[in-house]
Amino acid sequence: MTTSDFNAILPMFTLAGWACLLLLADLWIPKTRKAITGWLALLGLAVTFGVGLLVSRLGLPIVAFNGMVTFDGFANLLNLIVLFTGAAGILMALDYLKKNNIERGEFYPLLLFAITGMMMMASASDLIIVFLALELLSIPLYVLAGFARPRADSEESAMKYFLLGAFASGFFVYGVALTYGATQTTNLQGVVAAITSASATDPLLLAGAALILVGLSFKVAAVPFHMWTPDVYEGAPTVVTAFMSVGAKAGGFAALLRVFFTAFPALSADWVPVVAIVSALTMTLGNVVAIAQSSIKRMLAYSSIAHAGYILMAAVAGGQGRLSAFAASAALFYLMAYALMNLGAWAVVIAVEKREGEGNRIEDFAGLGATRPGLALAMAVFMLSLTGLPPTVGFIGKFYVFRAAIDAGYMWLALVGVITSLISAFYYLRVIMVMWMRPGEGAATLPRALGFVVGVTAIATFLLGIVPRPVMEMAERALLSLFI
Amino acid sequence: MDVLFATLTVVTFFPVLGVIVLLFTPKEQKDTIRWIAVGASLITFLLSLVMLIQFNPNDPGMQLVVRAPWIQIGSNWNMEFHLGIDGASLLLVLLTTFLTPIAIFSSWTAVEERVKEYMIFFLLLEVGMVGVFVALDLFLFYVFWEFSLVPMYLLVGIWGGSNRMYAAIKFFLYTMAGSILMLLAILWLGINVGTFSYTDMLGKVPAAAQGLLFLAFAAAFAIKVPVWPLHSWLPDAHVEAPTAGSVILAGVLLKLGTYGFLRFNLGLFPEAARQYAPAIAVLAVIGIIYGAIVSYPQKDVKKLVAYSSVSHLGFVMLGLFALNAQGIQGAVLQMINHGLSTGALFLLVGMIYERRHTRELAQFGGLWKVMPLYGTIMLIVSLSSMGLPGLNGFVGEFAILLGAWGAGQPGGPFGSYIYAALASLGVILAAVYMLWMFQKMFLGKVENPANEGLADLNWREVAVMVPLLIMIFWIGLYPAPFFNLMSPAVNQLVQVLNGAAVALR
Repeated sequence: MTTSDFNAILPMFTLAGWACLLLLADLWIPKTRKAITGWLALLGLAVTFGVGLLVSRLGLPIVAFNGMVTFDGFANLLNLIVLFTGAAGILMALDYLKKNNIERGEFYPLLLFAITGMMMMASASDLIIVFLALELLSIPLYVLAGFARPRADSEESAMKYFLLGAFASGFFVYGVALTYGATQTTNLQGVVAAITSASATDPLLLAGAALILVGLSFKVAAVPFHMWTPDVYEGAPTVVTAFMSVGAKAGGFAALLRVFFTAFPALSADWVPVVAIVSALTMTLGNVVAIAQSSIKRMLAYSSIAHAGYILMAAVAGGQGRLSAFAASAALFYLMAYALMNLGAWAVVIAVEKREGEGNRIEDFAGLGATRPGLALAMAVFMLSLTGLPPTVGFIGKFYVFRAAIDAGYMWLALVGVITSLISAFYYLRVIMVMWMRPGEGAATLPRALGFVVGVTAIATFLLGIVPRPVMEMAERALLSLFI
Repeated sequence: MDVLFATLTVVTFFPVLGVIVLLFTPKEQKDTIRWIAVGASLITFLLSLVMLIQFNPNDPGMQLVVRAPWIQIGSNWNMEFHLGIDGASLLLVLLTTFLTPIAIFSSWTAVEERVKEYMIFFLLLEVGMVGVFVALDLFLFYVFWEFSLVPMYLLVGIWGGSNRMYAAIKFFLYTMAGSILMLLAILWLGINVGTFSYTDMLGKVPAAAQGLLFLAFAAAFAIKVPVWPLHSWLPDAHVEAPTAGSVILAGVLLKLGTYGFLRFNLGLFPEAARQYAPAIAVLAVIGIIYGAIVSYPQKDVKKLVAYSSVSHLGFVMLGLFALNAQGIQGAVLQMINHGLSTGALFLLVGMIYERRHTRELAQFGGLWKVMPLYGTIMLIVSLSSMGLPGLNGFVGEFAILLGAWGAGQPGGPFGSYIYAALASLGVILAAVYMLWMFQKMFLGKVENPANEGLADLNWREVAVMVPLLIMIFWIGLYPAPFFNLMSPAVNQLVQVLNGAAVALR
């Protein structure tokens, strides 16, 4: 193991180590004061962030372990997203767990392990590492989904997530095996080299790529592998759902973009149309079914399915040479925008939720505009941003991915995108309508940490809609090393 | 810093300052809140007069231009903060800044609940509307365009009538449905022409692509106008909206659509405009007659005024697509006229509604005896709305009919005089429904005892109406300054359109 090997994995190593130590430290923290574990976990994220910053100043990209791990701008930016998501998750959990009597210390280390998995996913450049990361990210999430045991629907949620997740892993591993069979390597660069020297239409390779796509589609909840999402999101404790809906998706997309953009561009004639169709179906189904939901958790679950479709839209430009750098930055930008607005929306849901499983109907938001104008205003900003209305970051995100699709010659896909956005306006606006236009008690509890998350995400959602340049530049710089 | 303190930037964003002050005002102090809102919009109006002074009426191009880089994606995509005005947009900005303080002032007693939010949304709406008229970057235009939807949606949805939620969501979804097609067209233009700047794009859109682009933009604007048969959101939104909301909706928001046609459909796609002109003229004429016929049997005064808008906007559309100087100038003037007259009508309807809490025609009768001042003002405004010579409506409609007649000449875009002939039928029908309405409300004896003790207009209501009446008479008697402001820009546009006609031949 050389220094550069060590440097490349240093951030995730820090976090994994921190999580292990936290697990031990938690034993000495009294039962009534588990919030300390939470704050320590937050500190761990901050330290990891700092380490990541230091490493990134060494000069990126760092290729380590014989090309199995690549720490480049892309990984760096995704680390930033998942660390931010993790921090938001912890801040939301601090009071939530206590309120619902499920305050157990292992929550935070589990969260940290999941984040480590996501970070690993972003820098994995070998299919075996992708698989390891996938499991490292999933297993803690299976546990977290069931964290509200013995509440039946939380257990059900964990069970569903675990069973279907295991299936998806199976698909993924099978795909890796077939790819290995076709190319004699699992390394992404190696796959590229093998494809260029041999026939790209090798059925074995195509089947491998298809199965890998299936496995990752499950993680990002793309149609038709989305079935688990509403049930799991609804049953899991709301903080876990919030974390999962952003973090797991970011991890899944990290792997999807890297594998398909770097390893399989030669196959793009085959996978791009498939991804385009999946994207169209995902946007349509997610948005149409969301209309019928009366539970806000289920509505946001379907909405998150729909947003996976928008991100996939950027991916269709991915196989097209000069466009792929642009497509990846569009996808990254959208992912960041999605993280902001979605975390914010979930934070408001948590504030309105009375107890676990209560106060989750859209009707429960009635009157919020009168009693908690600030909170309602923030929610309105998130809803408008999720709809894709200017001047919010959601609009810029959509603009970016629509452009990627049109540029790649997929006008019809952009058309599906705008039409489904219109459909989505219907149910996002309903939340605003209920908050401001219907009388109700509109009760909400907003502890300071949660309020902080709502405030920061709301302001960022709005400000980045007006001045998106800095984040855009981040997304663009993040790519340079992906395509060298 | 030049960008920040440029006249147009200041005019556009000044109401935001009012919003910020309002945010820090306690919500119990309703009168303070009202004064702040009126003050902010009044200062905006004064600032827009500065814009008028700086404007050079002889220059046909864009003036007071502000241009600064804003968002860059990659190396070849550049969205700019790019503002500018020509004669047409100047007049529409003035209309907006003129009507907004009036509308806010008129809601003094009409809105008692959540005054603070109401005023905030109103000022934000003003920002959106002015922004649409001054934006010269297509992306920026779209941002303002969509942004103006949200405050209006909330104004109708929170402070509206009993069926407000239905009306609000219908309004939102209808208008958004149109504008997303425009978004795709803007994206296409950005990719293929390589710029989002309106001025850089002029004359560069390939004729072969214009047809579809024209339709995509037209979809957005036609819904907003609204062109028949896309008008069905309008009566709902109007009837449910609070009075001031209706004033702004009719006075300004509908003009966003006609302005869009003028600026983008005619300016950017002249060849396509020429090809589609007869079809749009057909829709316009149907709108004129349909709106008038449907206005007639309405039992609710507000609904009557709402449907009459469909008719009036049909005139504007007909004038625009006559594609000649008379028609377009008449159309622009008629946009202003409709804003003034219909805005005034909605205000008057709101005043009687505040007194009687009903708008049913059958409830009234003989009001003139009880409220002579109110009756007089209503008569003037009604006459202006139906186009009586000497009042503003006549000048605009006359110019439009003149233009439509010209467009019916051989080689003109319509190729037939029938459009002008049928449209003039609309003038007669307007007299029918307006006079009918006036007779039912004001003439005869006071039969309903509830109307007997009604108070005539108070000073505040008179103060709201006087500026509108002044404008109505001014334009009616001496419209030259208004035509002078816009004619260089319109003439230039007509030249482009004539060039397109030559190219098509």
